[in-house]
Amino acid sequence: MQPTIANLKKGDLAIIKDFDVESIPLKLLEMGCLPGNTVELIQIAPFGDPLYLNINGSHLAIRMETARKIEIEMLDKKNWQQQKIIGCNE
Amino acid sequence: MSKENINVALIGNPNTGKTSVFNQLTGLNQQVGNYPGITVEKKIGFCKLSNNIKANILDLPGTYSLNASSIDESVVIELLLNKNDKLYPDVALVVTEVENLKRNLLLFTQIKDLEIPTILVINMSDRMKYKGITLDIPHLENQLKTKIALISSRKGIGIEELKKLIINYKSLSKEPCVNASNIDVDYFIRLQKTFPNQLLYKLWLVITQDVNFLNLERNEIRGAFTKSHADLKRLQQKETIKRYQFINEVLKKGQTIDSSIAIDFRSKLDRILTHQFWGYVIFFFILFGIFQSIFEWSKIPMDYIDTAFAQLSSLANESLPKGSFTNLIAQGIIPGIGGILIFIPQIAFLFLFISILEESGYMSRVVFLMDKIMRKFGLSGKSVVPLISGTACAIPAIMATRNIENWKERLITILVTPFTTCSARLPVYAIIIGLVIPDDYVFGIINMQGMTLMLLYLLGFGMAIVSAYILNKALKLNCKTFFVVEMPNYKLPMFKNVSINVIEKTKDFVFGAGKIILSISIVLWFLASYGPGKEFNNAESIVKSEVKNSTISQGDLNAKIAAFKLENSFIGVMGKTIEPVISPLGYDWKIGIAIISSFAAREVFVGTLATIYSVGNNDNEDTIKNKMAAEVDPKTGIKIFNFASGISLLLFYAFAMQCASTLAITKKETNSWKWPLGQLIFMSGFAYVVALIAYQFLK
Repeated sequence: MQPTIANLKKGDLAIIKDFDVESIPLKLLEMGCLPGNTVELIQIAPFGDPLYLNINGSHLAIRMETARKIEIEMLDKKNWQQQKIIGCNE
Repeated sequence: MSKENINVALIGNPNTGKTSVFNQLTGLNQQVGNYPGITVEKKIGFCKLSNNIKANILDLPGTYSLNASSIDESVVIELLLNKNDKLYPDVALVVTEVENLKRNLLLFTQIKDLEIPTILVINMSDRMKYKGITLDIPHLENQLKTKIALISSRKGIGIEELKKLIINYKSLSKEPCVNASNIDVDYFIRLQKTFPNQLLYKLWLVITQDVNFLNLERNEIRGAFTKSHADLKRLQQKETIKRYQFINEVLKKGQTIDSSIAIDFRSKLDRILTHQFWGYVIFFFILFGIFQSIFEWSKIPMDYIDTAFAQLSSLANESLPKGSFTNLIAQGIIPGIGGILIFIPQIAFLFLFISILEESGYMSRVVFLMDKIMRKFGLSGKSVVPLISGTACAIPAIMATRNIENWKERLITILVTPFTTCSARLPVYAIIIGLVIPDDYVFGIINMQGMTLMLLYLLGFGMAIVSAYILNKALKLNCKTFFVVEMPNYKLPMFKNVSINVIEKTKDFVFGAGKIILSISIVLWFLASYGPGKEFNNAESIVKSEVKNSTISQGDLNAKIAAFKLENSFIGVMGKTIEPVISPLGYDWKIGIAIISSFAAREVFVGTLATIYSVGNNDNEDTIKNKMAAEVDPKTGIKIFNFASGISLLLFYAFAMQCASTLAITKKETNSWKWPLGQLIFMSGFAYVVALIAYQFLK
């Protein structure tokens, strides 16, 4: 099964792969949650929900049920930061 | 040269410092009102740009994009789509923030597509050096087809340059920077062919948004170009991706970030403030500190105001010619006004703390911390904001529920918010706590009175939560839940923003509540000074004949006559009629009158008692509080405001729905009379029962 944002652990970095547009609020897309963008899990709220994310430089929190709908591909954080071209990402 | 008046609209994402830009441009030249028919706050300010050009500056509600998801956001689109609106902007300022430029530019590209002359304002430029950000302004201006003002509204940098750009607004390019129409080429070509005179992006917005659009028949457009909800959303996603591709391309050259020099306070603070354990401890202590200080710090100014009005009243009584008119002023109007002004310190402190919490970015962390817990009660983490700002006033708090995406969570929040202790209850609490709770310290630091106040606040929150739980079980509504909350960077609250907010809100309270309190005071004075029937008119002879045989001093005799007159005045007769209903709660008819007049607004309670106690009492030098403390039951000789009746009153005010304006706003936001009526009956009935039990138990 494809991992989702819900599978991330604190500090993990990933790339957004795919999701069903219908189950994601438009506002989330507008804040940068789009296929190809990076997502980092900054903090999990007490009791495991919601999740505090850095998506494409935007800091935001979403609930677990939304996080489960967004498929990702895990990245190795150290490698990624070396590769990362100094550009738009924070 | 002719004078010119131009319209400037400030548009931007929340948390970009849009309001501080507005405050920088306009200073205190602001008017806050409402958009017609809806309760969205409309802020207009004025700014003299040069000798010939004056600008009306409109601060539009913060929005992430032109796809509206609340009525606040719809206001923005409705204005921008309607060229005939008298506030239609000659120039739009899109306010962005240097750290979130990428996301903020999404809205900018949408505004540009509407072909409105647009200036890009990049705010918080003072943070660039801490974040290692450099911008290539000429490149950005060229690619985005706009003029850029790099400013820091916090430090006041770049404001004059921004004004110059506004003056030269005619030279701004109107050319769009992203062409959204190739997300579905065939569809958009057909659309343009059918409506050759309309802007394509405008048509697209009309199709996708639920807003009023005056010049075009929406049904006509939709009829021929209808698409399923899923298709529309897929296209909107495509549009968003396309815009971001463009923005990424522009920023690749236009912005460089050297993350090695970035200083990161955010993650350090977040680690503590959203911590599993410390996060809650800190939140509790912040709330505790706020309530302690509201009570402690405002004590001294409140005492001054109270004494000053008592003296003013007696001065008026002595220096004006004797007669009914003087009585009206000294006993009706002056105590009435004093009853309003005395709460300024507490209300100002409350708004001060709330705006600091919001400005600093801490409120979002509270939303994050509380969401899971609140959901157990059918609320959202976002309900915390209305519940906290409900401590100021339920009306803006109910309006603040609009960003809760789930209708059921929102409805429950609206219904339970009036339980939180609003500032109008504060005067009632303050005076009764002052009368029945000793001013002692426990452990040397915790003030008993402050502690009681804190408990009342917790009781309000607790009741809100419990009723939310019940409503959650009782209401059968199925709603899709979408929860997205931005976690803005921490900011030191700006003195200017906070102080303007405090002044505006306090002014609102004084004038809004003031009008009601003043007119009720005058009516009450009349009702208390005149009476029906023989008893009132012959008061003097009746009392004299009663005491004929006993020896009594002239002063006591006068007091007896005044009391007799009051009991037989119009208000006395009314009060006596309802006394059987309220005496089981421990109240006399005077408190009964105060409770009835409180249904217009709670804060009227103290003013009403002030007026009732002043009438016929020539010793006006005394403060309201002392007069209340001195009241005794004529039959039993027990103090009227004793511990049992005091607690009963506190509980009654904690739970009862006594605010006509809150009922009106609930009706407006839920679009039905069912909900406000439910609030009125449930809350007031519950209050009566609880107060009854408390009094019977404690007396």
